[in-house]
Amino acid sequence: MREVDLAVVGAGPAGLTAAIEGTKRGCRTVVLDMNPRPGGQLIKQIHKFFGSREHRAGTRGIEIADSLFHEAASAGVEVMVEAEVYAIHDSTLEVVAQTNEDSLVLLSEEATTSRSRPLSIAARRIILATGGAENALNFAGWTLPGIMGAGAAQTMINLWRVLPGKKILMVGAGNVGLIISYQLIQAGGEMVAVIEATSRIGGYGVHAAKISRAGVPILTSHTIVSASGESRVERAVIAKVDASWRIVSGSEQELEVDTICIAVGLHPNARLASLAGCELCYSPGLGGWVPIHNSRMETTVSGIYIAGDLSGVEEASTALEEGRLAGICAAASLGKERAGDHDEIKAIEGRLLGLRSGPFCQHRQDAKQELIGIGEAQCPKQ
Amino acid sequence: MSQAIESPSYPSQQELRNAPGYPSRKRLEKGPVVAIECIEEIPCNPCEQACPQHAITIGEPITNCPHLDEDKCIGCGLCVSQCPGLAIFLIDLTHSQGSASVAFPHEYLPLPGKGQTVRAVNRAGEPICSATVVRVQNPKTNGQTPVVTVAVPRKYATEVRGILRPGR
Repeated sequence: MREVDLAVVGAGPAGLTAAIEGTKRGCRTVVLDMNPRPGGQLIKQIHKFFGSREHRAGTRGIEIADSLFHEAASAGVEVMVEAEVYAIHDSTLEVVAQTNEDSLVLLSEEATTSRSRPLSIAARRIILATGGAENALNFAGWTLPGIMGAGAAQTMINLWRVLPGKKILMVGAGNVGLIISYQLIQAGGEMVAVIEATSRIGGYGVHAAKISRAGVPILTSHTIVSASGESRVERAVIAKVDASWRIVSGSEQELEVDTICIAVGLHPNARLASLAGCELCYSPGLGGWVPIHNSRMETTVSGIYIAGDLSGVEEASTALEEGRLAGICAAASLGKERAGDHDEIKAIEGRLLGLRSGPFCQHRQDAKQELIGIGEAQCPKQ
Repeated sequence: MSQAIESPSYPSQQELRNAPGYPSRKRLEKGPVVAIECIEEIPCNPCEQACPQHAITIGEPITNCPHLDEDKCIGCGLCVSQCPGLAIFLIDLTHSQGSASVAFPHEYLPLPGKGQTVRAVNRAGEPICSATVVRVQNPKTNGQTPVVTVAVPRKYATEVRGILRPGR
């Protein structure tokens, strides 16, 4: 069985920075990603990022991915793509027998159909960076072809250059809904409307202003009632909702659309963490069920760390920082510390605090603080 | 869509007048100056570094709204393509006799051509007047955010924020 110091699951911003920090500290590291290309969500982010200069603000996500690949390659990180991790066993006996150490065993499989083969990797430490997944929304007709997650539409236009439809309805006016609406316009689609069930636009006003001056109506206090069509969606019925979320009768209107995108939030993709035995807790501020972790990003399972959207749905900038933190801490737990790591951790924590401030992000700091509080009590002590 | 917009999806005139990045009428009358239509406390600061005149300040915390020192701003427009929110516009009320120019980021293909007559739109995307494309700038430093400058009747200079894309 292949043996590594550090196995990272997910080659998005968090996974890659975690692997870079681990490798720099002398950990034999492998990154496993189920997708054909590394980079996670970064590779379809064609808009310029917000944030500060140290977080590459003003740079497009795809360019941040390119520089991450470069950094990972020069650090000597090994990335295995089309490799889906389907189980993690922490059978200490087995591990001890294999490596004669207190290790964890990670099973993975190359996901291509023609040449897929099972592969086992024994890893002394595991960092899960499996990202987030889009929330679903149920309404009459919601399974019709042409109705998809906004992220799926973004993958289609920005990775595969396929426009999912011509006349599009976006459900949800958070940043994801607003940004992907803009990108669908750039790709040649017509945004018929963006609807939002709450009474205010959840995303940044500048994103809303951008699509507004492109002629897209943003209707707050509106929800989708139903979708219908022969073999795919042909029309949607939307309606106003009142303060108690009830549909205002008589406010229904029919829209001719061939695509409906759902952008009603994301949740941590915690299935693998759950399978590995990590305890979860429910945190609305972080997107739902999230693995409990401490300030070193370690979960309730000793030796398993998490980072990025899996540890709470946030931004790429926070994922980059958390990945670094997890990588440094996992390496340190193997005795692979570097001079200055203590200061480096403090600096990362400072930058995370900055990213989690302001009226849009302070709630994340509060939620994260609560989660880490639980983690400090429940996770293994260093 | 005939339905009126329920809640504003762009800043109101009142909000802009109160915004620290929006120039005064007096300054606008003097000649080219930028209007930073960024009124929410979001964590973002590339505009601060983009200005060679140090006319834009965000400082700490990073969620501060950008503050424009309108006397320092020379209207070079270098910040227009650098704002990730595409929220900075360059306005020149002295463009010519009777006409003003407005420059805005325009990330749509095909790009309009210089001299072309287009329909200018306001913040709600409604066509409000005819405009002539004065220039289209897309140097490498823009990071693939082309900046289009149009000449419009002077009275529309604080309303025009884009143009109709072809086919609309």
